[in-house]
Amino acid sequence: MSDSALRSWLLSDTPDSRRQAAWGRAYRSWLRFRVNPLGMAGLVIVVALLIASLAAPLLAVQSPDVQHLTLRLAPPSAAHWFGTDELGRDLYSRVLYGGRITLGMVLTVVVLVTPIGLVVGALAGYLGGMADRILMRITDIFLSIPQLILALAFVAALKPGVTSAVIAIALTSWPPIARLARADALTIRGTDFVAAIGITGASRMRIVFRHILPLCLPSVIVRITLDMSGIILTAAGLGFLGMGAQPPTPEWGTMIAATRGYILQQWWVPTIPGIAILFASLAFNLLGDGLRDVLDPKQT
Amino acid sequence: MRRLRALAASVASVPVTLFGLVLITFVIGRVVPIDPVVAIVGDHAPPQVIARVRLELGLDRPLPVQFVIYVNRLLHGDLGRSVMTSHRVTTDIAHYFPATIELATAAILIALAVGIPLGVFAAAKGGSRFDHFVRVISVGGQSVPVFVLGMIFLLVFYVKLGIAPGTGQQDVLFEGMVPRVTGMHIIDAALSGQWDAVQDGLAHLALPALVLGYFSLGYITRMTRAYMLDALHSEHIITARSKGLSAARVLWVHAFGNVAVGLVTVIALAYANLLSGAVLTETVFSWPGLGMYLTVSLLNADMNAVLGATLVVGVVYVGLNLLADVAYRLLDPRVR
Repeated sequence: MSDSALRSWLLSDTPDSRRQAAWGRAYRSWLRFRVNPLGMAGLVIVVALLIASLAAPLLAVQSPDVQHLTLRLAPPSAAHWFGTDELGRDLYSRVLYGGRITLGMVLTVVVLVTPIGLVVGALAGYLGGMADRILMRITDIFLSIPQLILALAFVAALKPGVTSAVIAIALTSWPPIARLARADALTIRGTDFVAAIGITGASRMRIVFRHILPLCLPSVIVRITLDMSGIILTAAGLGFLGMGAQPPTPEWGTMIAATRGYILQQWWVPTIPGIAILFASLAFNLLGDGLRDVLDPKQT
Repeated sequence: MRRLRALAASVASVPVTLFGLVLITFVIGRVVPIDPVVAIVGDHAPPQVIARVRLELGLDRPLPVQFVIYVNRLLHGDLGRSVMTSHRVTTDIAHYFPATIELATAAILIALAVGIPLGVFAAAKGGSRFDHFVRVISVGGQSVPVFVLGMIFLLVFYVKLGIAPGTGQQDVLFEGMVPRVTGMHIIDAALSGQWDAVQDGLAHLALPALVLGYFSLGYITRMTRAYMLDALHSEHIITARSKGLSAARVLWVHAFGNVAVGLVTVIALAYANLLSGAVLTETVFSWPGLGMYLTVSLLNADMNAVLGATLVVGVVYVGLNLLADVAYRLLDPRVR
């Protein structure tokens, strides 16, 4: 199919199939997203971060754990683009590998949390009554402590480390998604098409999982993208407080905690991982902002 | 009437939330791998001492009974003893919390003073270059890790430029000079009439408050802008404009006047969210507040202190959220 034929197939007002309609909708969203410079900047950084993390072994100049004690705290140079840390490890390589850990944590949390939040929210919103009240009470309880503080208490009880940090962040990340999905489900529940599906004899579970859940997705996707930035900051904060990834793991927050004493003389050593955190979190915020304008303009 | 009933419902849900909160801290306290008895008496205590303390703490009883004991102690204001400071956790929290309130209040004032005008003007000039600039500033505030910003501020303003004092709440010069009344250092200094100590305290407060303030600036700016855009597109604004009122009057009196009520909610929520940022900011600036107490306790595996602080933060958080809810329902006549 040539480019223009593909374009007219995508933009057709009378799609022949569900697939064509879905692709057409996605393409129209993309056209609207493309003109938002900040959103595009976010997308580019996110993709770049993903590629850099996946290709870390190819891009890194040496293993993140190789120490050269004679080359401690070297300033940025041709051999060490970002300089070296307190044990003479190459900072550029460590920041690259750190991206794997941070993005890995974020993606794991999202994979764990999205289905839980969606299902809890959609069920509460659609079923209403007692089920709604109980599910939302539980959600409220988890929302009643700031995320970082609840995560800190959980990690303290488990054992500091990447796995505990992921579990702790996941435990505190699903409630906002459930809230949002519930609000959407409440609106969708009253629509005519849901009533029509009910009349055709669809079971309640079929209505929730096949018809309500998919419609909650756009606002949930926006929320999750914005939350990813918060997850990155919480993960880094846990690392910085010594409760996340443990040294020598090259996690950005942990790297800052280990080298914060050098801020006065060798300021770049703790600052460079800090900039990495800022970029990652900024990218997801910008991307989420751009997605909101396209997918869910009502949300603030 | 319906408004009052909704209000009563949101107040009535608070005890349930608090109960859940207590249950969470209890469960966390019981799954800790550290034996609470060993944490108190030490590794080398003779077995009969360990057995006695275990009995005293009620750890031989079934879990539900332990939970009842735990709740009963909480209701009597007993959060246990901190292993680290050997004080009651309630005493410790009363000691450290005022410094956090001082810091958080200063931060929210900065965020409001900068964030509201930015949001209002960004909405007034929606889509302009200024609007984009404000957007970048506010997204930046939500993206920057506070501990990195804190370190960079210390590096630039304290080390390089020398215009700000270093970490801590006061200069060593004033150590022990200010009698403790409220626990908020600057207010106490003012109460005792030591104006040089007030000045010193304000100087020490400036950097951490700026860092923490920038953290909530983003949220406040973005919400102000969203509310203002809504207000500016309503019909009474067109009426006000066609009456020939000045642009400033339309903006601040007619549009912002309607927005201010909604912002009360935003401010309460922003204040509540500052508590998270305070943990990290206090660690960077060695600010003797609840956040620093919490992290130091964490590193010492002092679970009574950790859970006590978590619980107190949770209660404050729930309280502020309730306040936001009540304010919104009571002040805004459109909520029915």
